Amino acid sequence: MSVLAAATTTTLQLNFGAIGYGLAAIGPGIGIGLVFGHAIEAMARQPEATGRITLYMWIGFSLTEVLALLGLVVPFIFHAS
Amino acid sequence: MTGDVAAVAAGTGGCHLFSGCGFPAPGLNDFNFKPLFVIGSFSFTKPELVAILCAILVIAFFWVALSKPKVIPGKMQSLAELGILAVRDQISRPAMGRRGDKYLGLLISLFFFIFLTNLMELIPVFQFPAMSRISFVIPMALTVYVVYLYLGFKNQGGWGYISNMWPRGVPWPVYIILIPVELLRFFFIQPFTLGIRLFANMFAGHLLLSIFMVATWYLASLSIGLLFAAGSAVMVVFVFLLELLVDLLQAFIFTTLTATYIAASLEAQH
Repeated sequence: MSVLAAATTTTLQLNFGAIGYGLAAIGPGIGIGLVFGHAIEAMARQPEATGRITLYMWIGFSLTEVLALLGLVVPFIFHAS
Repeated sequence: MTGDVAAVAAGTGGCHLFSGCGFPAPGLNDFNFKPLFVIGSFSFTKPELVAILCAILVIAFFWVALSKPKVIPGKMQSLAELGILAVRDQISRPAMGRRGDKYLGLLISLFFFIFLTNLMELIPVFQFPAMSRISFVIPMALTVYVVYLYLGFKNQGGWGYISNMWPRGVPWPVYIILIPVELLRFFFIQPFTLGIRLFANMFAGHLLLSIFMVATWYLASLSIGLLFAAGSAVMVVFVFLLELLVDLLQAFIFTTLTATYIAASLEAQH
């Protein structure tokens, strides 16, 4: 006698976009902290170079931040709708 | 469903906390707009209005201020000179030195146009940064791409420009990785990240600002919601200040990277 087992499937609904952004924000979080930390240390060592250091600090910040923002935007680009 | 319809649905009909409807979260739809008018198959939408208005404002301001320059400048002329000197001394001269002064027209136009369209995100009636639509960013990035490639090939020769993309005096196994990476960088990654940086910053900023503004309205129901709405309103102020910083920063970064890429094209890096 065969017993038919009723198969039930449950689907786990994950928002991969949010998970993707969370993972994407790890690296730039560390990176931006490094950029600003080293900039502050450099400004403390040589206060007269503050202007030049600030300039490079903002450039480094925006280059690092773009990776986190790409993680925010890419789920919207590949949105299946 | 467009951004306008969603905003109207959230505004009228009183969709507030505890009134049964969920939070009308701003999403991708808030970046699509109903056309203001339609001519044939050409529809004119709010982002286009913002972009055209900003272009006209920038051109008109510099035209009026500098069409008849006097030795002792008036108010508008000194304001325009302040802007031009800021771009020249902070962006162009550090990257390229004095020989970059002939590219100052491009840099000033890029900086002020991008800055003004970014600022439109914060001005009440418009409240939309045109650069949060990728179609407005692509011409900016494409212009810079064509300019630096053209200048590179013109100043260093065809094979000279390409062979100057990788440094000399490196052990030969490293070239296996270095050459494709450098080629990719100059031909694909630089223009792509230049455009995406501006686009993603403006997109995320607009989304962030809309979320807190819609949340303030949604939470403002006659209950504990008023307290939450006040908290959300404080966040709106903070995000406003953050967006002010990001607008200026992104315009500055776009222009600085343009100057850097042109500098790399003008003479060999290594």
